[in-house]
Amino acid sequence: MIEAITTFTAQHGPLLAIAVPLIASPLAILMVNRVAAFIVTWLSAVTSFGLAAQMVTITADGTVLSYAIGGWAPPIGIEYRVDAANALVVLIVSMMATVLLPYMRTSIEQEVAERQHTLFYACFLLCFTGLMGVAVTGDAFNVFVFLEISSLSTYALVAMGAAKDKRALSAAYDYLVLGTLGATFFVIGLGMIYMVTGTLNLADLGRRLAEVDAENRTVRTAYGFIVVGLGLKIAMYPMHRWLPGAYTFAPTTISAFLASTATKVAIYVLARFVFSVFQIDYPFERDTLQFVVLPLALLAMFTASFVAVFQQNVKRLLAYSSLGQIGYMLLGLTLLTATGLTATFTHLFAHALTKGALFLAVGAIIYRTGGPMMHNLAGQARLMPWTSAAIVVGGLSLIGIPGTVGFVSKWVLIQAAFEADLWPIAAAIVASSLIAVVYVWRLVEVLYLQPAREGAAKREAPLTMLIPIWVLVVAIVWTGFDADGLVSVARTAGESLLDGGFVADGARIIGVPGR
Amino acid sequence: MFETVLPFLMTPVAPLFIGAILLLFLPNILRVLVTIAAPAVALYLTWNAQTGLPISIAGLELELMRVDKLSTLFSTLFSIAAILVAIYAAQVRDRVQQIATMLYAGAAIGAVLAGDLVALFVYWEITALSSVFLIWANRTNAAFSAGMRYLFVQVGSGIVLVAGIAMHYQASGSIAFENLTGAGPETWSTGIWLIFVALGVKAAFPLLHAWLPDAYPAATITGTVALSAFTTKMAIYALARGFPGTDLLIVIGVVMALFPIIFALLENDLRRVLAHALNSQLGFMVVGIGIGTQIALNGAVAHAFASVLYQGLLFMTAGAVIHRTGTGKANELGGLARSMPLTFAFCIIGAASIASVPLTAGFSTKSMTIEGAAYAGQYWAWFALYVASMATIAHTSLKVPYSMFLKSGPKRDVKDAPPAMLLAMGLAAAACLYIGTAPGALYAMLPFPVHYEPYTTAHVLAYGQIILFAVLAFMLLLRAGLLPTMKRETLINFDWTYRKFAPAIFSFIGALVSTIWSEIARGFHATTSGAGRALAAIYGPNSVAARVLPTGMMVLWLAVLFAVVLALNLLDVR
Repeated sequence: MIEAITTFTAQHGPLLAIAVPLIASPLAILMVNRVAAFIVTWLSAVTSFGLAAQMVTITADGTVLSYAIGGWAPPIGIEYRVDAANALVVLIVSMMATVLLPYMRTSIEQEVAERQHTLFYACFLLCFTGLMGVAVTGDAFNVFVFLEISSLSTYALVAMGAAKDKRALSAAYDYLVLGTLGATFFVIGLGMIYMVTGTLNLADLGRRLAEVDAENRTVRTAYGFIVVGLGLKIAMYPMHRWLPGAYTFAPTTISAFLASTATKVAIYVLARFVFSVFQIDYPFERDTLQFVVLPLALLAMFTASFVAVFQQNVKRLLAYSSLGQIGYMLLGLTLLTATGLTATFTHLFAHALTKGALFLAVGAIIYRTGGPMMHNLAGQARLMPWTSAAIVVGGLSLIGIPGTVGFVSKWVLIQAAFEADLWPIAAAIVASSLIAVVYVWRLVEVLYLQPAREGAAKREAPLTMLIPIWVLVVAIVWTGFDADGLVSVARTAGESLLDGGFVADGARIIGVPGR
Repeated sequence: MFETVLPFLMTPVAPLFIGAILLLFLPNILRVLVTIAAPAVALYLTWNAQTGLPISIAGLELELMRVDKLSTLFSTLFSIAAILVAIYAAQVRDRVQQIATMLYAGAAIGAVLAGDLVALFVYWEITALSSVFLIWANRTNAAFSAGMRYLFVQVGSGIVLVAGIAMHYQASGSIAFENLTGAGPETWSTGIWLIFVALGVKAAFPLLHAWLPDAYPAATITGTVALSAFTTKMAIYALARGFPGTDLLIVIGVVMALFPIIFALLENDLRRVLAHALNSQLGFMVVGIGIGTQIALNGAVAHAFASVLYQGLLFMTAGAVIHRTGTGKANELGGLARSMPLTFAFCIIGAASIASVPLTAGFSTKSMTIEGAAYAGQYWAWFALYVASMATIAHTSLKVPYSMFLKSGPKRDVKDAPPAMLLAMGLAAAACLYIGTAPGALYAMLPFPVHYEPYTTAHVLAYGQIILFAVLAFMLLLRAGLLPTMKRETLINFDWTYRKFAPAIFSFIGALVSTIWSEIARGFHATTSGAGRALAAIYGPNSVAARVLPTGMMVLWLAVLFAVVLALNLLDVR
């Protein structure tokens, strides 16, 4: 029985991981009852998580899965194509959704009007479906469609923070305008490469673009459109201004989910296009990364971290810190080596856990004290010891202290910098970590050393919030000690991107037999 | 995960770290027991250790247990020190301090047992992060900012260390922590230089030392004792392991032994005097490591062992006095010999030890380093260490007990130290006397076979001479009124030339040093606060970098960036 199920899921995993949450989304609205809607949402997230975990184990040895939708063989039909890189991203997204949802059920009691709860779940599921779809699909136009599904639902989710703070509306509007611009740039770029090659299948695009003449101006322009468009979605410095507002005013779980998944998925797409589709064969492709993206990544690492130091709103502080962390991920990408990509993918995972835990823990304090400002945190170590301890562990991971997952990814990144003989960059990584010490220390100081408000009673966060937080904290520490699995999957992902394993023939064909 | 954790559980670090976790939950009386029992278990594990516990983290093979004579000696020393600190702190009910001390001692033991540079670095950082809480535990604003300065320096040294390790690994492909000196500093790679500087910060090399006298007196009474035992000795261990026989260390060590003398003589805060004295003692050890012959290395290591005991004893007596009187300033103390007789006695033993009086620990250990310098033909180093020994006697052995117990001071009706403190001081004093009278046990633990006989007529006479001369110098200073504590009626008549001449010289040097120092400090402060303001202007909440721009501006940015990318792509700039 169990064997039959695993065989079935191994055959149809890529499709089911998208289809289940997509179907669950209208179901969540039809469930008039909030609890039932939650159960439907959570079960679909758990299902996707299981499927993602299976995909990771299958692809960890370098296998590439090819699933033809409806049996129409690629490149004519739409193909879902999964290697270690997208499997890891799918795992991150579904894992975060699974951990977050029980917390969300409690936190939206305060943040979202009750009659909107089922809609909220439905929106969340759409966003989730979109992110999963972007990661799984092997079709360029499909990437755009799923990207828009996730973005449109995200705008709605951010705007729902308006129940608490009306500024959520303008933040969502900014995000809408800029996100749409990014998507437009991206789709214009897609149109151009379609013009040149006549195909939209990612693997096929990769094969055909390799044969196109390097002087082809359409391809060059398309590359610019795609990198800049995705840069906006990634919140690459200085196109980041939508991000702090959105993270600050969105309901806390949405901030946590976006911070740990949305930008990560966009970075994955950038890596996919740069390495699998364009294959960095030509100087202009390298130049864009090394002379534009690399300096901007370094700029983000420092500037965003410095801004974080001076923030009074803790959610905003974490948002700016995310901008700095995005700098590390882009940095790994621009080194153009297998180790650099390993660092990027390790950091995707590490930062998802870390920032997820931090946003959730801060959310628990907001839940008890009513606000995200520094003075709301004052002295909470005595009143909410477990939540405060979680913030400390998350903060240590953000800095990259050994024993946390944040150390693992930074270590790999520094190794990558040394491998590329760029020791000034390694020094910059270490130096920018020092700034993280400052803003993390500010949190610790406020939590542990400042007196609490007069007469405040000891009131730990409810268990439904505390357990998800601590699941993430334990994962941070566990992965900090036992990172071999993570690093090896990330390395497979990086190598598959770099030596064209994704594009090459010889993918394992799964799903229904072709027509 | 379990393959990682199980080997760790067998190291002497484990009982201390597990104990630290237990302390979170236990009631006070059990906590005291745990703080004493855990280092005792660590001591047992040290002596019954199996060597070689490789673990694999993030693709790196780490070695947690390198058991040889050098690491066993330091692990033993740190376990004993942790036990003494725990007994001394038995009446302190502060959970924060108890946990911090346990983690601190555990990490220090882990660092000396670490077989490779990465494990060393991890424990190195844990000592920094845990020990700072011993300063913050004072819970005053002054302690908070002193703690921040301390943390800044310690974490900074860790970052220099990790940078050095990474570069060394890149250059040599090895993270083994072996002799890094090779053919001397001329041949070092940048990585090895960085490692050397990182160790230098922790060992309080001259000019890198400012954190030490700054932080130690700011800690709690028991915290100072713990601080004095672990951090710097860990660095001495690492230098002995990685850089034995580096000539550069002889120069550094000599400066280090002499440099703090002036500060120690003029200082009023007695714990700060002891901190300067500690710094000077470290100089002796650094010279021994720099000479690198068997006798010199033996001397450095034995001296480290003994100095933890007697320096700890002195800090404990000063702590006991502060505990009873509430002040550690020399000019506010005095006349406590009658009311705190036992503490006084222990203080004298500690003072005699640091003075290398025969039959005490200092005599059988410190003299080895000095003789090592002579055997190796480093006569000027030998002479400098003699001078430093003499000065140590004046500024510590005589000044500290004199200021606290002998000179006249304000009338105080105080009791002797609490029993737990007395017990810890008594044990430390007994250990000092034991090593002094029967040094064989310690010698047997040293890394090289010992062919050194401390109790020869020549040695005893030589040290008698030093001591006499130092007493003379101390009287001179008393007479000159240069010690901040002195009251006229206690002075003894002395030759008038010294009376006129010495004060002039000393006050000139003192004024010069303090002027230069305060200028440097002011410049540093101005720079940092200026930099802070500048940063706030660029990155603060209302700055350009943080302001929320209208959407239109963002679109403009997008256009600019796109234009740059397009130009780069289409124009083939290169």
